[in-house]
Amino acid sequence: MSVPYAKLPAWVDYGLIPLINLAVAFAVAGLVVLAVGESPVRAAGLMIQGAFGYGEGIGFTLYYATNFIFTGLAVAVAFHCGLFNIGGEGQAYVAGLGVALPCLWLDQFAPWYLVFLAAIVGSALAGAAWALIPGWLQAKRGSHVVITTIMFNFIASSLMVYVLVDVLKPAGSMAPQTRAFAESGQLPRLDWMFSWAGVDMGGAPFNLSFLLALVMAGVVWAVIWRTRLGYEIRTMGHSPRAAAYAGIRQSRIIIITMMMSGALAGMMALNPIMGDQHRMQLDFVGGAGFVGIAVALMGRSHPVGIVPAAILFGMLYQGGAEISFEMPQISRDMITIIQGLVILFAGALENMFRPAITAFFATLGGARADKSIAAAE
Amino acid sequence: MNDIAIELKGIDKKFGLVHANKNINLSVRKGTIHGIIGENGAGKSTLMSILYGFYQADNGDIFVDGRKTVIRDPNAAIAAGIGMVHQHFMLVENFTVLENIMLGAEESQILNAGITKARQELKRLEQEYELEVDPDAIIEELPVGLQQRVEILKALYRGAEILILDEPTGVLTPAEADHLFRILEQLKEQGKTILLITHKLREIMAVTDEVSVMRRGEMVATRTTAETSVEELAELMVGRHVLLHVEKGPASPGEVMLSVENLTVRDSRGVDMVRNVSFNVRAGEIVGIAGVAGNGQSELLQAISGIRRAVTGKVLLQGEPIHVTGKADPSELRHRGLAHVPEDRQHMGLVLKFDESENSILGYHDDPKYLKGMFLDIDAIRKDATNKIEKYDIRPPNPRLKTANFSGGNQQKIVLAREMERDPAVLVIGQPTRGVDVGAIEFIHKRIIEMRDAGKAVLLVSVELDEIRSLADRVLVMFDGRIVGERAPDTSEGELGLLMAGVEDTKEAAQ
Repeated sequence: MSVPYAKLPAWVDYGLIPLINLAVAFAVAGLVVLAVGESPVRAAGLMIQGAFGYGEGIGFTLYYATNFIFTGLAVAVAFHCGLFNIGGEGQAYVAGLGVALPCLWLDQFAPWYLVFLAAIVGSALAGAAWALIPGWLQAKRGSHVVITTIMFNFIASSLMVYVLVDVLKPAGSMAPQTRAFAESGQLPRLDWMFSWAGVDMGGAPFNLSFLLALVMAGVVWAVIWRTRLGYEIRTMGHSPRAAAYAGIRQSRIIIITMMMSGALAGMMALNPIMGDQHRMQLDFVGGAGFVGIAVALMGRSHPVGIVPAAILFGMLYQGGAEISFEMPQISRDMITIIQGLVILFAGALENMFRPAITAFFATLGGARADKSIAAAE
Repeated sequence: MNDIAIELKGIDKKFGLVHANKNINLSVRKGTIHGIIGENGAGKSTLMSILYGFYQADNGDIFVDGRKTVIRDPNAAIAAGIGMVHQHFMLVENFTVLENIMLGAEESQILNAGITKARQELKRLEQEYELEVDPDAIIEELPVGLQQRVEILKALYRGAEILILDEPTGVLTPAEADHLFRILEQLKEQGKTILLITHKLREIMAVTDEVSVMRRGEMVATRTTAETSVEELAELMVGRHVLLHVEKGPASPGEVMLSVENLTVRDSRGVDMVRNVSFNVRAGEIVGIAGVAGNGQSELLQAISGIRRAVTGKVLLQGEPIHVTGKADPSELRHRGLAHVPEDRQHMGLVLKFDESENSILGYHDDPKYLKGMFLDIDAIRKDATNKIEKYDIRPPNPRLKTANFSGGNQQKIVLAREMERDPAVLVIGQPTRGVDVGAIEFIHKRIIEMRDAGKAVLLVSVELDEIRSLADRVLVMFDGRIVGERAPDTSEGELGLLMAGVEDTKEAAQ
């Protein structure tokens, strides 16, 4: 039979199955906590309390989520073209230059919104440029993008160390970072959103780039599902042979998609640099590029799934910090374990529970389904 | 003695929402050839997969030799004496015949003893059933007919008493098919039981003793072959009366619309698949290219439609050259009036994960009437798709349904509607009815003839000789990348069969 699994209702496909996968990932993580000798129930309580229990916690959760929305969208766009961009980490890192340079040049005289605009363009261009080379190599030379983007993460890392230590570090400073930006190099925080709800955000660096991330989620949706370019990207992703048949120029689409992906990853740099530290530091990306892979997998490469998935990982980061503070037995690496488990269950083993669920819904809606199949024939 | 080899009672199988087999009962008498016929998606393959242990039935029992048998996996099927020859051969291409036959039955970690034994056993089988094949030949160097023989030997080597053959003649020339049927008769005489799955009515009539017809997951009838007719079987398969013969008037060829000169095409391994091929297609005629699959037809189609680059040669479309050796671009050719229905509709002609309306613009998605600036005009696309759905009777009539959920025939209609409704000057069609149910075949054939009568030049490639003979006005036969002859469509099947097998042009040889 050509149709091993029949169609499921959308809410099952996009809601229930990811939730089940997530629940299993957390259950296994709970076992790890148990093995360390702590109570998983208390850990879960601490995590939720830490992430959502008070204003500052929520602010941090959303601050982290902002990073993951950008990198998650980056991975998702490439997925739609059948490309696995693992280079979000490096693309975001290099894009730091696209943020920091405009800030360093303009913060003395331009207003913040002009600096912001320049930094958006700068980060997107730098990220896109860093993704262009692997994209070009894939399109023209067939060098696998997974390999090249991984390699480019290492190159980015070394390059940025050089730039920060030898070029951008102010004379006489000991820290490998740029000077602090003046006020117009800093993004407004979104305290007002919290004030509406009557919550105090405290010192959390939740800022304007969160709204930019939501806008980009909308843009990604529109580009992928509503434009001719998106149509060509999806055709390539589902069936390169159909794309060849349709006369879609494959190398062009691969390069454009990788650049879009790199641009989205690059825009992540706005959040920590302009929104939080107000300077560019070593390793400011902090793994967000890799978390983006898990976010895109969990979110089924759809912006509507990616935003909540990013918030979930924001919660893991923020709540995880809280756990490691309260339970010294559990280090922050626990989050990496949970992340790995989510990738395992939501990505690699995505279809593990699907046959059982399909069978369950088949018995539930048997009579109705028989009718629709008769109609299909 | 029990004379029933296999009995199925109440076999039921669902895949999610698809009810593939509904309460199937079947009994196959020992020492007979039993045909199972039905349209694509009727559930034949599912039923055989259950019998061979690939799937488990949700309900029902299998009796082998009168004993209730549980078949959990193919090993259990082999143990019960059931062997299967798959439609797509399961052979290791770079192993020898002997190695393939031993595969999975090596008996010990050290191969030597096993090899000697296998060689003897193979010799015995060959003599007993007249299944000669060189045990030391490498599989990929053997013609398809012999590869199939190896599959049969493999099953016999494992002690099969019951042999299932799934669409065995799909890749064979008529002569090879006849040879296969002789082998089957031989096996029958030795007391083996054979289950032959096919959608070709003629084969059923030619070799089977009994035939069971499946439709929409149900077993609708079992007949003694001698007491039934092609017409009755076709009606049972489809559930209504079908026109098996295509009605068409004489062609009135006009100007040359497509001209191919000395075209040579190489595949990715660097082998010449099309060798110095030349022909013309005129307005208002259907030129059919007959041949066994894999003799260069696919590469020819791809080169003409701009998907694959040719090495040398010239192609003229309405008198203007197509840059086939360089940057021929499928979308440019579409604009110039060449429509292409590709052989592989599932991977090339359609994106199965797209919804119907998205597929109805594939390749034409740069047409301004589907666009608003850089955005797709979803309303216009859906409206256009709805029109085509009506005109081509595509079911279910829902442009938002995922394409994978349409049946093979309806998928093909989606492609045909897209390509034919553009009013092209030249229509290039590969395997128009592969995997398409009988009811839809009639519809598709009618449309192709309508295109011809509307003055289009039609180039038709098909491995179904019947289809070529009933549709084409001129038949070209392709063998090993070359066109080995041109014939009228009413030429005997035997003569065309010889050409397809590479026997050089008999007329020229006589001169």
